[in-house]
Amino acid sequence: MLNGQSGPLLSLQDFTLRRGPHAVLDAVTLTLDPGRTLGLLGESGAGKSTLAMALIGLLRPPEVELFGSMVFAGTELVGLPEAQYRALRGNRIGLVFQDATASLDPCFTVGQQICEPLKRHLGLGSREAAARAIELLTQVGIPDARSRLNAYPHQLSGGMQQRVMISIALACNPQLLIADEPTSALDVTIQAQIMELILLQVRASGSSAIFVLHDLALAAQVCDDIAVLYAGQVVEAGPATAVLGTPKHPYTIGLRSCVVELDSELLKPLVGSVPSLNEMPDGCHFCTRCPHAIPRCFKERPPLIAYQGRAVACWLIADLPTSAAVPTPAPISAPTPVGAGAP
Amino acid sequence: MLMNAALIKLLQTLLVLLIVSVVAFFFLKMAPGDPVMLLLGSEYSPQAYARLMHELGLDQPVTLQYLHWLGRFVQGDWGISYVTRDNIFKQAVLQALPVTLSLATLSLLMALTLGIPAGLLAALFRGRWVDGLVSSLSVLGSAFPSFYLGIILIWVFGVELGWFPTMGFVRPWDDFWDGLYHLALPAITLAVYYTGLIAITTRSSLIEVLNQPFIAAVRARGEPMVRVVGVHAMRNVMMPLVTVIGLQLGGLLRGAVMTEVVFAVPGLGQMITTAVLSREYGVVQAGVMLTALFFVMVNLVVDQTYRFLDPRLRAR
Amino acid sequence: MKSFWKAVSHQRNAMFGLAIVGVFILMAVFAPVLAPYNPTEQNLEFALQGPSAEHWLGTDSFGQDVYSRMLYGARLALGIGFASVALGLLGGLIIGLSAGLLGGRVEWALMRLVDAILAFPEIILAIAFVAVLGMGTDKVVYALAISFVGPFARIVRSDVLQVKARPFIEAARLMGVSPFRIIVRHLLPNVLSSLMVQAGIRISTAILLESGLSFFGIGVVPPTPDWGLIIAEGRGFITMAPWISGFPGVALALLLIGLTLLGDGLRDAFDPRSGGH
Repeated sequence: MLNGQSGPLLSLQDFTLRRGPHAVLDAVTLTLDPGRTLGLLGESGAGKSTLAMALIGLLRPPEVELFGSMVFAGTELVGLPEAQYRALRGNRIGLVFQDATASLDPCFTVGQQICEPLKRHLGLGSREAAARAIELLTQVGIPDARSRLNAYPHQLSGGMQQRVMISIALACNPQLLIADEPTSALDVTIQAQIMELILLQVRASGSSAIFVLHDLALAAQVCDDIAVLYAGQVVEAGPATAVLGTPKHPYTIGLRSCVVELDSELLKPLVGSVPSLNEMPDGCHFCTRCPHAIPRCFKERPPLIAYQGRAVACWLIADLPTSAAVPTPAPISAPTPVGAGAP
Repeated sequence: MLMNAALIKLLQTLLVLLIVSVVAFFFLKMAPGDPVMLLLGSEYSPQAYARLMHELGLDQPVTLQYLHWLGRFVQGDWGISYVTRDNIFKQAVLQALPVTLSLATLSLLMALTLGIPAGLLAALFRGRWVDGLVSSLSVLGSAFPSFYLGIILIWVFGVELGWFPTMGFVRPWDDFWDGLYHLALPAITLAVYYTGLIAITTRSSLIEVLNQPFIAAVRARGEPMVRVVGVHAMRNVMMPLVTVIGLQLGGLLRGAVMTEVVFAVPGLGQMITTAVLSREYGVVQAGVMLTALFFVMVNLVVDQTYRFLDPRLRAR
Repeated sequence: MKSFWKAVSHQRNAMFGLAIVGVFILMAVFAPVLAPYNPTEQNLEFALQGPSAEHWLGTDSFGQDVYSRMLYGARLALGIGFASVALGLLGGLIIGLSAGLLGGRVEWALMRLVDAILAFPEIILAIAFVAVLGMGTDKVVYALAISFVGPFARIVRSDVLQVKARPFIEAARLMGVSPFRIIVRHLLPNVLSSLMVQAGIRISTAILLESGLSFFGIGVVPPTPDWGLIIAEGRGFITMAPWISGFPGVALALLLIGLTLLGDGLRDAFDPRSGGH
């Protein structure tokens, strides 16, 4: 399953995505090791969904320009010809969309839609594909899967629809599953079930997953590693326990203080809002709202520094005498703690 | 569940048709001219008049006349034409209707064959010259008066270039290829209107559908664009397309009537207009009833097709 | 009114259509001034002559000046178009308002009647009414108006039902505002805006129908300078005198295109979801 290679499954180096004059994703650097789950956190407009779409190759030239590098299982995705990318989509990379109701074709049955990737990528015939589809549906917890094959999406509840989406994404046993806010459109009571289901499937098959989330608590429970995005820049990345437990970047700290806990004090909201693309500062994008900003923050972009078990992009950290390393031009990926794989 | 909805629709349609028949009957009553006089012609005498009137049942109360008429109508007895001395039913249903149908069908086929791909191209190459060309031509086609277009086509292709016959009509079922040859120019004239409409609708529907999230989802499974557009997108475009075709049936018929008159095609349109000119109100009435009947039925079919195409409308 | 203008002016096609229609309106209004000849003045010695200095667009078989007839034809086309749509609008408004406001059996009966009218294709209805009413300009207007009542009535009724259900109407009623006042000040303005767009779209249909009817010979009576009529008259001379049918036909086509563009623009500006004509 891992095609015998060691090292990260997915590695982004200075990956930049430009739409017109604006860099929607600005020199994003992260890695994802096989079998681990990564959470992409950030507020709306941070670029999380854009990154997800770019990873699966639905956001490509000529609509946007791509720079830098995105390596998946040894294959460079930036500049990959469409035909080869198609062989990856739905096959080795699966994507679960946020709104399952809108993401299923209303004119085709559930069975027809699940069988599509099975026939295309695995070359299964109609009957084998149908049998496998029933297996998949049962796996994701849909009762009476056989008769459900002929159901149309609108005949299923929201939770069922999302389960179908998940089964489609997992149909060909992908090495990487990307889930873009998979539970945001569902009722709270169903959210936990669905999240648990995805996690179970991912762990069972040993594949990696990237979760695009805005819910910190959920991220803490579900993800091994976290990367925090702000306005297209990675500001902090590392193991979830480190990033969320003891955040070091002012933005992450701010995010944490926004989370209401039963015994917490009053809400301390983050001041201001994300700058528009036209007004994006040259340096650290967070400088306009950062309570600790210094003049350097506005002009120079801080690199990702390894610090206390995670990577942070902040001049205050970089300049600390106690920081572990002198800022280097080449970003360093988050170190893997001992006992990898345990959430 | 579904049967009940269809049944109700059917009953409602029948009621409408009944009202239509009442309207059509009284229309004939309102028409100027005295049918008895017309039939008698030169053999008029007060006794003959009274006798014929009694024979025709015109001396009875109106409601009774209507019921008699309705009874005869549904049995196919539509009266005799003064001009041709021929059975009107035969004239309308057996001779004129099939001609109009063949014209309309041929035109629709042409329009679909040209219009859908044109709209597809315009949508896929949105904003480029293909789109501009298709959109402009479509607007032009849908607005251009059919009878004028017919005249121009006759002149250019019939008279000047001699590619097509300018008069005479051969029924396709008598001689298929010759019939088609004679139908070609009128069918093209009619098709121009519909092609424009279909192209515009296909284009705008396709653009809308391609923006839907499920299209991205299908692509995310690795399906090639050919299938994404050709199967998934187009399948979802069928519904608005059928809706528009249904809504524009009146326009199609209008175009058909105009085309028939210009090209002297012996269909319903020509039958009705000639009948008005020669004050053949019986024929006009028959034509009106027939077209209304047909119109209502086709609308019903389109309605059901719409239901069939959209799975969301089927269950509930 | 200002927002109306703003919405329309953004559509390039609509502005183009407006320009075309504007030219024709000017032609219609100033026809008596612009036309060098009386449109029905016959000069048989000059019959069937091509475009020349005296007759810019030539003459027809009766020696009538084609250019003058074309100008007056604009007047007739626009006149009949507006008049029949306005009348149909009025009728549709009355029926639709009655149906929507009175509800119950009145609504049911009226709507079945409307369904019956709508069961006929517009052209057949128009032909039938001309057969009954007779030919002539005014009869054509009435015939067309009757065939438009159906669609308008339906639109008005559904608009009324929609607006009636809105909370602010309920609020007004609870406050004790008189029903009449509610209708006039709150209901009508909301109903009228989408209705106007539909009416605008129908004008091109009206003009197409009336010229078609005249072309068949069952519309206006000669020698009225109607484009459809002129095209029919010129048809027999298409090879030797193509200008007779040609120019009025071009005028008709242009006006219809302009109206269609304008109508589509209006529709996109105000109700982008309705896809039909």
